[in-house]
Amino acid sequence: MRKHACGMRRFKGIGSITAIVCVGAIILGILPAVAAQLQQKNIILATTTSTQDSGLLDVLIPIFEKKTGYFVKTIAVGSGQAMVMGQKGEADVLLVHSPDAEKRFMAEGSGINRMLVMHNDFIVVRHSLDPAGIKGIKSSAAAFKRISDSGALFMSRGDNSGTDAKEKSIWKAAGINPDRQKWYQQTGLGMGQTLNVSAEKKAYTLIDRGTYLALQKNLGFSVRSVLSVMVEGDAMLLNTYHVLEVNPARWQKVNASGAKAFASFMVSRQAQEIIKNFGKARYGSPLFFPDVRNK
Amino acid sequence: MDMIFDGIKQAFFLLFTMDREVMGITLLSLKISGIATFFSMLLGISLGMSVALSRFPGRNLVVSLINTSMGLPPVVVGLFVTIFLWRNGPLGFLEILYTPTAIIIAQTIIAAPIVTGITLSAIQHLPVNLRLQILSLGATRLQMVWILAKEAKLPLLTAVMAGFGGIISEVGASIMVGGNIKGYSRVLTTATVMETGRGNFDIAIALGIILLLLSFTINAILTHIQQGERMR
Repeated sequence: MRKHACGMRRFKGIGSITAIVCVGAIILGILPAVAAQLQQKNIILATTTSTQDSGLLDVLIPIFEKKTGYFVKTIAVGSGQAMVMGQKGEADVLLVHSPDAEKRFMAEGSGINRMLVMHNDFIVVRHSLDPAGIKGIKSSAAAFKRISDSGALFMSRGDNSGTDAKEKSIWKAAGINPDRQKWYQQTGLGMGQTLNVSAEKKAYTLIDRGTYLALQKNLGFSVRSVLSVMVEGDAMLLNTYHVLEVNPARWQKVNASGAKAFASFMVSRQAQEIIKNFGKARYGSPLFFPDVRNK
Repeated sequence: MDMIFDGIKQAFFLLFTMDREVMGITLLSLKISGIATFFSMLLGISLGMSVALSRFPGRNLVVSLINTSMGLPPVVVGLFVTIFLWRNGPLGFLEILYTPTAIIIAQTIIAAPIVTGITLSAIQHLPVNLRLQILSLGATRLQMVWILAKEAKLPLLTAVMAGFGGIISEVGASIMVGGNIKGYSRVLTTATVMETGRGNFDIAIALGIILLLLSFTINAILTHIQQGERMR
């Protein structure tokens, strides 16, 4: 728009006003940018929706900021999108839970210093009725097979997030291609919203326990009574969160020291202690389990 | 039903207790959309008047372009602004992606065509003879523009209201270019989306009500000015 308006200079009088407005707008637009550039204090953290929807980052980040003076810009997207941001050098540090994709990310040289931070597990939940009869089945692949056989509605994230990647690997293990099946729907939304949709449509869905517990509490009257855990405890359902620094050798603009500081913080005794206790009081059990043994 | 009632109760509770976070979000929304409205007003009114008062080849095309852009989808604007502002994008050196400045830019791009379009039609609807009369009284071109703008004050105010209404309620671009960062670029609409995702429907409803109240108050003030002008 601005460029276009600047081109109107030939219309005398009015044109010159336009020109002044253009210049003014550009200067006013650039000033704060220059100011922002002086301080390399910003860290862009690309992360999964579960760390934000569960509220964990709201606790951790203020402590980190206070301690180090960095300013963390948390961009909560799916793990897949977070890693694409890392690949393009548009993020400094990632907190994600899609191990296979993370390994590829490391192998191609996009990241450095991948560290295990915490874990919880995935569970399959649904409205209390269980038309596919999967409640209590230990193997997630077997449960998925039954869902497919029964044609009961399954709600998928469908957004390349860590949960989505896990779900796809379970379908693969079950030897089923759910795409284009009538009983298989994709929301393309975050974990919290997908759980809401599943609750409303009475669909099965795969969810990380952290978000489930947090939302179970928040949704209270609607979800607690109707959404119950169907499948849990399968080794395949382990959900691990890693912190990765974006490779600064590849992208000059990456805030390498900030990324390093954040990654070190996430595995520090202080952060691990917070993760261990997060949600205990409010949700009755921890949402995440810290995985770093600090000496 | 309970939930809706709880939400409304929560909204007034947050409002009356001046909850710090909610107040911060509300003020930031006002500030961002206010600045964006200001810029789109400057750009839109000058561009709209320029086009309304001049004849040049391809003018019809320009007018149709302006009218089309009045309905620019915010997500599309958000997408393009994001691509331009990426660190490694054409304007990456500015380092303003995920800042309030980025939201102001995106919202200006959304609102400016709205203001331009309404200005254009307002000025064109003034009697043609008025221009000749003003010029014949010895006014300079700049003075004529000023008088015409004063003459079209009411529709111009409508233009500003429409622009502001369009961007204060916009979520697609704000979340993409602003990133919904807590205490920094989180505005009413993006906070509503996030709280819905978190299952905090009561807070989401509260934020929605605050947004409505805000929008209503601003429009009421502008309408008061507008209608007051008409009475004189």
